[in-house]
Amino acid sequence: MPTKNLSNKTMGRIKLAAFMLALIPLFKLCFSAYLDKLGANPIEKISHITGYWTLTFLLITLTPTPLRRLSGWAWPVRLRRMLGLFAFFYGCLHFLTYLVLDQFFDWDSIVKDIVKRPYITVGFPAFVMMIPLAVTSTDNMIRRLGGKYWRMLHTLIYPSAIGGVVHYWWLVKKDLTNPIIFAALLGVLLAIRVVYRLRTITLFLS
Amino acid sequence: MKPYKVPAILASEITPKQLFYARRKFMRSVGGATLAALLPQALWAASPFSDIKKSTFSATEELTPLKAITSYNNFYEFGTGKEDPAARAGSLKTRPWTISVEGEANKPKVFDIDEILKMAPLEERIYRLRCVEAWSMVVPWVGFPLAELLKRVEPTGNAKYVEFVSLYDPGQMPGQKSSVLDWPYREGLRMDEAMHPLTLLTLGLYGEVLPNQNGAPVRVVMPWKYGFKSAKSIVAIRLMEKQPTTSWMKAGPNEYGFYANVNPEVDHPRWSQAKERRIGEFLKRKTLMFNGYAEEVASLYAGMDLQRYF
Repeated sequence: MPTKNLSNKTMGRIKLAAFMLALIPLFKLCFSAYLDKLGANPIEKISHITGYWTLTFLLITLTPTPLRRLSGWAWPVRLRRMLGLFAFFYGCLHFLTYLVLDQFFDWDSIVKDIVKRPYITVGFPAFVMMIPLAVTSTDNMIRRLGGKYWRMLHTLIYPSAIGGVVHYWWLVKKDLTNPIIFAALLGVLLAIRVVYRLRTITLFLS
Repeated sequence: MKPYKVPAILASEITPKQLFYARRKFMRSVGGATLAALLPQALWAASPFSDIKKSTFSATEELTPLKAITSYNNFYEFGTGKEDPAARAGSLKTRPWTISVEGEANKPKVFDIDEILKMAPLEERIYRLRCVEAWSMVVPWVGFPLAELLKRVEPTGNAKYVEFVSLYDPGQMPGQKSSVLDWPYREGLRMDEAMHPLTLLTLGLYGEVLPNQNGAPVRVVMPWKYGFKSAKSIVAIRLMEKQPTTSWMKAGPNEYGFYANVNPEVDHPRWSQAKERRIGEFLKRKTLMFNGYAEEVASLYAGMDLQRYF
């Protein structure tokens, strides 16, 4: 089937297209900022938009694996690294928005936030956990760590994504619609993994 | 070819400036009067008030621009997004409108909004507004003390509390189709808070009739309390013996208390209340006790544990 494995040339084109698409939220944000269309509280708006796209890219990054299991498509897996790096990229923007625009390097207040504010207590480590994943994303690092350890390290994406969704859930004042949607999608993505893992174990035991 | 020369106008033919503007003013008032006579009241309801007194209660800080005040609102009746009220409040009909002032009163009465507009001299009150979400504005409200209205119904000795009930009409208020809050929106005050001269029955802002997204046609404003206390689009005011349970108390009893006084020392369980971002400013500023109105209102809470009665 042509959809299952694509030639390097087609894959290159898909990667380029995905790269451009993934930059659209950033361009839209910059454009809105330039046109002064970010509303009365632009810092809050920037923070919400970058946070939203961090979570969205985390979920998209978690999609190729269950998709391969369900459909047999292998090629989306080859986009995973780039998608994960985009999650990290928007996560950095989100964190920098907090550090520079929101707190303006008020370290005292930041430390208090991390200790006292539950949504920041879970959000901050969720972001920090993405750093080693981004650092070890190169082919060279995979080789140096070895597949087994690299894969173990990269299971950190699960607590990171869960932490991100909880962070969103805990910060909204009352309307949980969006956090619930993110939680449900993440739940599905993780549940498919659990089902396949259990099935593998049963097959192995029998 | 000779270059074209602008013909000189004789000084005697130039209309004096005063006359020129007087003519415009005349035309405007004739036009305005004609419109007023021809159009239904609802269409010219948004005309500026004629007589507004300046109030000694006004803050002297820089005003938040009208655009920010009318485009960044929490008014869940029109949706939970900050931009929802400005986008969707057009469906709210503010005429005809009545407010029933009822309960523990000797002379309960249903007031028409136009009666309320003429009830007492209108004042401009420049108040700080502090939202529980840690942002703030400076708003030039127009209104008169709520006490003026309450006195007219003669509260009985049993009237210890006041409850404000906002309009419930999902047809006009699409946000009410969601059960995000227990509708209708209810808020409340203790009687002495309600009678306090700072408590403003509010009918306008920036010298004009209240825009729909800001709680038209009538709301209350208590500048020393978090914004959610200041109920919008009020249809009933009930004088009560027992403390009413407000919509936000039902939504989050641990997070939103009956008093909801601005207090930098009592944090929201999930975020700090020590600082706030004034809309339009970059660096956060320190939140003041009772939002800077301690001199006027601190005595209302003498001896009370403000950590407990948050």
